[in-house]
Amino acid sequence: MKILVCISHVPDTTSKINFSENNTKFDSNGVQYVINPYDEFALTRAMWFKEKQGATVTVVNIGNATTEPTLRKALAIGADEAIRVNTEAIDGFAVAKEISEVAKNGGFDIILAGKESIDYNGGMVPGMVATLLNYNFVNACIGLEIEGNKATISREIDGGKELLSCNLPIVIAGQKGLVEEKDLKIPNMRGIMMARKKPLTVVEPVNNELKTSTNSFEKPAAKSACKIVDNVDELVNLLHNEAKVI
Amino acid sequence: MSVLVFAESTSEGKFKKSSFEVTSYGKKIAEQLSTNLVVLTINATENDSLYNYGAEKVLNVSKTNLTSFNAKTYASIIKQAAIKENAKVVIIDSNINGLYLAPIVAVKLNAGYASNAVEIPSSVSPFTVKRKAFSNKAFNNCTISTEIKIVGLAKNSYGVVENLVSGTTEDFSPEIAESNIKVESVEQTTGKVTIADADIVVSGGRGLKGPENWGMVEELATILGAATACSKPVSDLGWRPHSEHVGQTGKPVASNLYIAIGISGAIQHLAGINSSKVKVVINTDAEAPFFKAADYGIVGDAFEVIPNLIEKLKEFKANNA
Repeated sequence: MKILVCISHVPDTTSKINFSENNTKFDSNGVQYVINPYDEFALTRAMWFKEKQGATVTVVNIGNATTEPTLRKALAIGADEAIRVNTEAIDGFAVAKEISEVAKNGGFDIILAGKESIDYNGGMVPGMVATLLNYNFVNACIGLEIEGNKATISREIDGGKELLSCNLPIVIAGQKGLVEEKDLKIPNMRGIMMARKKPLTVVEPVNNELKTSTNSFEKPAAKSACKIVDNVDELVNLLHNEAKVI
Repeated sequence: MSVLVFAESTSEGKFKKSSFEVTSYGKKIAEQLSTNLVVLTINATENDSLYNYGAEKVLNVSKTNLTSFNAKTYASIIKQAAIKENAKVVIIDSNINGLYLAPIVAVKLNAGYASNAVEIPSSVSPFTVKRKAFSNKAFNNCTISTEIKIVGLAKNSYGVVENLVSGTTEDFSPEIAESNIKVESVEQTTGKVTIADADIVVSGGRGLKGPENWGMVEELATILGAATACSKPVSDLGWRPHSEHVGQTGKPVASNLYIAIGISGAIQHLAGINSSKVKVVINTDAEAPFFKAADYGIVGDAFEVIPNLIEKLKEFKANNA
């Protein structure tokens, strides 16, 4: 089984988000970058397949050289090889095109990704990759089993879940449930040492056409101070008469 | 030329509030572009109701083999409708199904796509729309430069706007693409408000000390017609299902009212609930970060405050019924 895991390089969830150059650039000053948490669930499930069912795991990122530590971390967690497509990730469609090019040459049975990145939250790359490759695609996946050529997938729906099945190859966009929080792996020293020797191939992009771009950023408007109320009578009164939400 | 909206309906053919919201939003963009609005529906039973929100033309697909949602099949129908109506902008709700199918539609139409838009476009040439980014911690103004533009609308960001027009409904018979994905089973709780649909969400944190104490959260939610939710530690501890986890890596909440009980307000949690209009926090610790993000707060023990609040709300509901 050959698995490709798509890895986004994103600011850590605790990051304070700031912008520079007149709100046109993300201010990376003091920001720690991590594997996108949704992608980490996907990577962890891929490692499970590798250990239990036998698989080779390739990780791919679209980004410039600054994203390499994130790919090395994925290798330290246990991926076998990494590919970096040397271009900045600006437009989800362009990113999907690059990933689909990598996938075309790789003969992957499963392409796993998080359902969205926690920076731009576009939520579009996995579905686009699948459509470009004409592979089956399941979004918001909370469980994945593979048996031979068949995938069984749980998908979150409004107020519940549905169980789906289809043949490989497949693109999966995952979230928590694919694995549990406690299953996430922190790379150990041996993994980190081994990661240094694993192949990290840099390939040039095939496509530079952007369908979308960001011209500026905004932060939410500052909110007024919290009204501290002493009792529930006053709270109910304010929610009814002032906030008009009940 | 036209603006095309896909208005999703439930398996019973009924529209949700968000279907009226995307229709209202589409009407406004059609006005910006001086063109007509076309709304696509699949097996919907109340197409006339869309006229109230500006739908001049409704294309309804009625096929008995389309009773359950399938992203690829639906995407193919939306693509065919967009081509038939010469749509320049296609609007799809950024809900769980809309987020699933919109990227497929974008590739099929070779169109740029911006999900989670929160406002009408600030300009239509270039076509620039403000959308949520950094998991609700910020927004980006995104320009779509392709001939056809796909916009995903974030829930509760534009609102339902009445705009009665005299509309017509046409039957639409697109080719139905076969899907290779088989639905084996569906587990869905009925009669319970989901976080995605709820106007009010009542959420509990570790301050509630254990899963056995969720009875009062449920009771409060029932009185308010609210959905129940929880913080990340609570779902990680297994006190509540993952589907209730709200926050940066959980579900986003964009309700009118969010009540946080015993949740301290970690930055990741606050990001997830940022789009809620009114936030109430009940916590024993007056220094909890949630008080900086909330509109109303009670410093107090949830085990005393919540039963009182339940009693007070019962009285309020009885008087305002």
